Parts: sequence; structure tokens; C-alpha cells
Amino acid sequence: MYSHNLSAQDLYMRRQKHTKILVRVMQYVILILFLALWELSARLGWIDSFIFSSPSKLVTCCKTLLANGDLPGHIGITLLETVASFALVIGFTLLVTVLLWLNKPLSKILEPYLVVLNSLPKSALAPLLIVWLGANYKTIILTGVSVAVFGSILNLYTGFMETSPDKIKLIRALHGSTAHVLFKVVLPANIPNLFSIMKVNIGLCLVGVIIGEFIGSKCGLGYMIIYGSQVFKLDWVILSILILCIIAMLLYFLLGRLEKRFVRE
Amino acid sequence: MKNILEFRHVDYSYHSMSGEVLALSNINFTVGEKEFLVIVGPSGCGKSTLLDLIFGLIKPESGEIYGEQSSIGYMLQKDHLFGWRSIEKNILLGLEIQHKLTPETKSYATALLKKYGLYDFRNKRPSELSGGMRQRAALIRTLVTCPNLLLLDEPFSALDYQTRLNVAEDIGSIIRQEEKSAILVTHDLSEAISMGDRIVILSPRPATVVHMIDLHFDSALTSIERRETDEFKHYFSELWKEMNQLVQP
Repeated sequence: MYSHNLSAQDLYMRRQKHTKILVRVMQYVILILFLALWELSARLGWIDSFIFSSPSKLVTCCKTLLANGDLPGHIGITLLETVASFALVIGFTLLVTVLLWLNKPLSKILEPYLVVLNSLPKSALAPLLIVWLGANYKTIILTGVSVAVFGSILNLYTGFMETSPDKIKLIRALHGSTAHVLFKVVLPANIPNLFSIMKVNIGLCLVGVIIGEFIGSKCGLGYMIIYGSQVFKLDWVILSILILCIIAMLLYFLLGRLEKRFVRE
Repeated sequence: MKNILEFRHVDYSYHSMSGEVLALSNINFTVGEKEFLVIVGPSGCGKSTLLDLIFGLIKPESGEIYGEQSSIGYMLQKDHLFGWRSIEKNILLGLEIQHKLTPETKSYATALLKKYGLYDFRNKRPSELSGGMRQRAALIRTLVTCPNLLLLDEPFSALDYQTRLNVAEDIGSIIRQEEKSAILVTHDLSEAISMGDRIVILSPRPATVVHMIDLHFDSALTSIERRETDEFKHYFSELWKEMNQLVQP
């Protein structure tokens, strides 16, 4: 009986492991197939490699840009602007949300404004910001902030308000102050919520930064995309997009690691 | 016997946009030192409001409440242990908030953990403990701040029946051992009889004290042993009749 159970468990474990391997393998297979098909159709002339580029052309392009030292600068500036706007978004979100939570009438008063600002397409704001603040990195960081900040305030505030009233009562019952309620219950209870907001926002900040670079910048990946498309260096455009994919994945991955460290249940 | 809490002619109303609702009307009762008072009443009669008043979370509209609000411990329906803290950190929460975290209070907390069988679990998360253990941890969290009156707001209602009987016995005996006064709010009549020294019966809203029953049991009996005595059946039928008169128009 016992050995029978054990083998059923073994079978189950093996099946689980197989599924896991299958998923991973298929993920790579799709990527490799896609790249191979792309390369092949470019070489055989099914697609125009001038417009669609090809993996081999991209590698050459990447090498050239790395050799003349342009690419690291562009990547660095975009990354820096994204991280800066992300940090500002998180700081600002925490600050405003705590203020709104402390002052319920204020949150009622500001709610419609936040909702409107959140649903407004921020790409429409970017040209204005450029005119007001000039074409510099500050404007681009601000564009990144404007895309993400309103939504995250609304989300975090909802999380704050959903904190169990009984847990707050408990702190009051232990003769705790409002600061105790904030630091002992509301903030710790919202750490998982904060991480899911951060995971969404890192992507949004990147979107905002690229929009900003499209309109008013002389460097960064957004600039490379716009410049490349204007002078028909589509290799540059596609290479930049691929690098953006990698950056987005990397930042998300880092946040995921951080979340695993902080959120235990 | 010295009274540690006294309600004199207390009224309380709720206010909303649709009008005023009188929740408590002319409430009078006392709690003595080391006394275990049980408050029963139909659901929605305002028992929890009464506890909030005792605790000072809300103020009466008229009448007076005498008692030391600073030394009251509160135990709620759910344990509300914080998932992001270990059991020990949860228990020290009250001391932390009241800035009373000293080596002496810490060793008292450790002593309580050992005495009530949670010491080996002090570094675990609440989710790793059973419902009964979690309620015990919640009680210790209240006890470490050394209150002289404990308010228990249906503290067992989230537990399954078996656990409920055991935890009630546990907690009842802990409160007696630590020589605390307690007020238990419940709608479980047998629980009321098995744990209390005196039962206060409240009417439906607006709640007022309609009847009190003094319970006399051999003091050596635990709450489960009380359930097997003849007095228990006698008290139960008395309480049952009283409660039925209240809910029937």
C-alpha cells in the first residue's frame, strides 16, 4: 500500500516536472523559430529587409553602435530617466495617499480630479510639458511620472481604505495613535498591494519616458526610434524596440525578486 | 466587592442621513473585581456598541460610565493577528504601541507564551497555527499589557464547534488564573452559562437591561464540566424562556 502511494506520488512529481520543462522548452522554441523565420524570409527575399530588417542585420547594427559608443549612452539615459520617474512616482504616491487617508474630506474633494487626470491620455500632455519646461531630461522624467502617478494614487488609496476596520480597532484598543494605525497596520497590510502597483508602474514609466523622448530629446532610445524612422535607418528603430523589450523584462524581473524578499505569507 | 466598571443611565444613538436610531436606552449595570460578566441579547441589539462605549471608542450621549479606560483589554471576533509579524512580534504589539517594551515586560510575555503552550511557536507566522492557538495568542497579546478588565466580543464565533468548546475552556481558565475581570458578549446561551459569574440580558433595540441571572457553580468546575451539571440545565431553561419572551412580540 505504502509503496503504491509512493509511486503515485513519484508519477505526479514526474508529470509536474515534465510540464515545467515543456513550458520552458516551448518558450525558447517559439523565440528561436521566430528569429529563424525572420532571418530566412529576409535572406530569401520574402520580406524587404530594408523595412523589416533581420536578426543578422540587427547584430551588425548593434556591434557598430556599441563600437562607436552611441548605444550604451542611449540605453543609459533611457534607463536613468525611467528609474528616476519610477522613484518619483512611488515617493509621490506614498506621500499623497497618506495625506488623502489622513484627510477624508480632502480625498472626497480631489477624487473627480484624480479620476479625470488618470483617464486623460498623457501623450497629449507631453507637447505642452515640452513647451512649458523645455526639451530636457526633467521634462522627460515628468512625462514618465505623469503617466503613472494618478493611477497608482487611486489604486493605493483604495487599498488603504480596504484595510480591515477591525485591525484598526485593535490598534485603537491597544491605545494606539493614528500614526500607529498607519505604520503598524495600514502600510504593512498594503505592501503586497504596493508591489503590484509598482510592477504595473515600472512599465508605465517606461512608456512615459519614451513618449517624452519622441517629442523633445536628442538622446535615449525614444530619440533613436524617431530619428531612425525619419532617416529610414529602420535597423535602429527595430534594435531600439528590442532593447526596450529587454529593459522592460529586466525591470519587472528585479521588482519580482524584491517582492519575493519582502512579501512573505 | 469593589466595582471596576459602572454604567449609570447610559443612552446612545446612531446618526445617519435617514435619521436617528436609539441603540441603547437607560443601561445600568456594574462589573466587580475578578467578576466574569456575560452580556447576551438578540442579534443586532447593540452589544458591540456597548463594548465600544466601555472601551471609550465612542462616548455616551447621556448618562455616566465609571471605570478606568486605560487598563481595558479588547479581544475581537477574529484573532486579527498580523500576517506580516511572527507570533511573538504580534504579542508584543500592544507593548510596542504603549512604549512599554522593557526586558521585564518582554520576559512576562515569554512567561505567558510558555505557560499557555505557544513558546515553541513564537517564531511562526499566524497562518501556521490552528484557530484555537491563534485565539490564545490573541488573548496573550491582550494580557501582556496588564489590563484589569478584558472585553471579549464574541471571541469564539469564528471557530468550529469542537474548537470553540476547547478554546472557551482555555480562555475562561486563563482569565481566572490571571485574576482578571471580564465582560463577554455572546449570543450562545450555553457558552454564557458555562463561562460567566453573572448574565445580563439585553432587550432588542433600543437595548436596555431586562434581566440579570446570578450563576452559582462549584468554583472548581471548568466550563465543560459546568455543562454536565443539573444547575446548568436549570439556568439554561430560565435563560431560554427570558430570551424567547424578548423576541416574541
